[in-house]
Amino acid sequence: MKCGVVVFPGSNCDHDIYHVFKHVLQQEAAFLWHQEETVAGCDLVVLPGGFAYGDYLRAGAMAALSPVMAAVKRHAEAGGLVLGICNGFQVLLEAGLLPGAMRHNASLRFVCRDVWVRVERADLPFTRRLRPGQLLRMPVAHAEGNYEDSPDRLDALEARRLVVFRYTGPAGEPDPDWNPNGAARAIAGLCNPAGNVLGLMPHPERCSEEVLGNTDGLEVLASAMESLNRPPAALAELAAPLGRSAGAAEVAR
Amino acid sequence: MVYPRREILDPQGKAIRDALARVGIEGVEDVRAGKCFEVRLDHEDRDQALRQLLEMCQKLLANPVVEDYSVEILDGGRP
Repeated sequence: MKCGVVVFPGSNCDHDIYHVFKHVLQQEAAFLWHQEETVAGCDLVVLPGGFAYGDYLRAGAMAALSPVMAAVKRHAEAGGLVLGICNGFQVLLEAGLLPGAMRHNASLRFVCRDVWVRVERADLPFTRRLRPGQLLRMPVAHAEGNYEDSPDRLDALEARRLVVFRYTGPAGEPDPDWNPNGAARAIAGLCNPAGNVLGLMPHPERCSEEVLGNTDGLEVLASAMESLNRPPAALAELAAPLGRSAGAAEVAR
Repeated sequence: MVYPRREILDPQGKAIRDALARVGIEGVEDVRAGKCFEVRLDHEDRDQALRQLLEMCQKLLANPVVEDYSVEILDGGRP
């Protein structure tokens, strides 16, 4: 599979996600500048974390209007996979690829720490290696992750099972103290009705190697890879533990 | 003017309200923190200006999921 990583002015997690796909998962990967008008050849398009356009106006608002986003929309409409991480999630909301909006964290502080999220959907291309109810530990780092929408629209989200990850306590229990930003319904990640577009606030690319002390995020990224790499040989290889080859460790150092 | 919708918690406005109390200004029930844009147009047609300003708010300046907006037309720029 080929992963395209969009680079906006102000993206700063672009090299991290590129590294995971290219060196840890050993897939094709390429950067896509925000002024490109096509994402042709990419199976998965990632909108990385960072501060696209300096978060001017609203986080993601300017990025949503950049030329590459028209191509990303076409890619999504054609069923291609799109993953938005942190600022990338904010861009997906502003671009209308996912419903709702982000507000400043309820604490008004930039939050940078590990959180627990419960997997609500394991039937998506991004979650096929997970099981419903599974807990993942991943880091968050953002000032605007306070997901918001009207009560009616939140109910509609729930009814359509669009919530993919939810903040919980360490035992998977609902607990407002473990919701890092005040997000409505403790929403940490959302998909579109077709399930091919996912946005999440936590950073899976920051916990995808053993040398970093946590590989929970790799399960999300490897799920996307697995769903795109159809040949049975590739699937068999994935049965082995991921990302632990000598080559990957070498690169990580 | 673009400001958070009434029914939505505005953590920034709440922090400002609390800070106002700390500087001794009492009786403030609520503060909503928003943004103000000054837009200069190249014509003086008020109807057209109103249409353009509303379109700007709808398409870019406000996010209708969480924000409301209002526009005011000033002749000849700043009052």
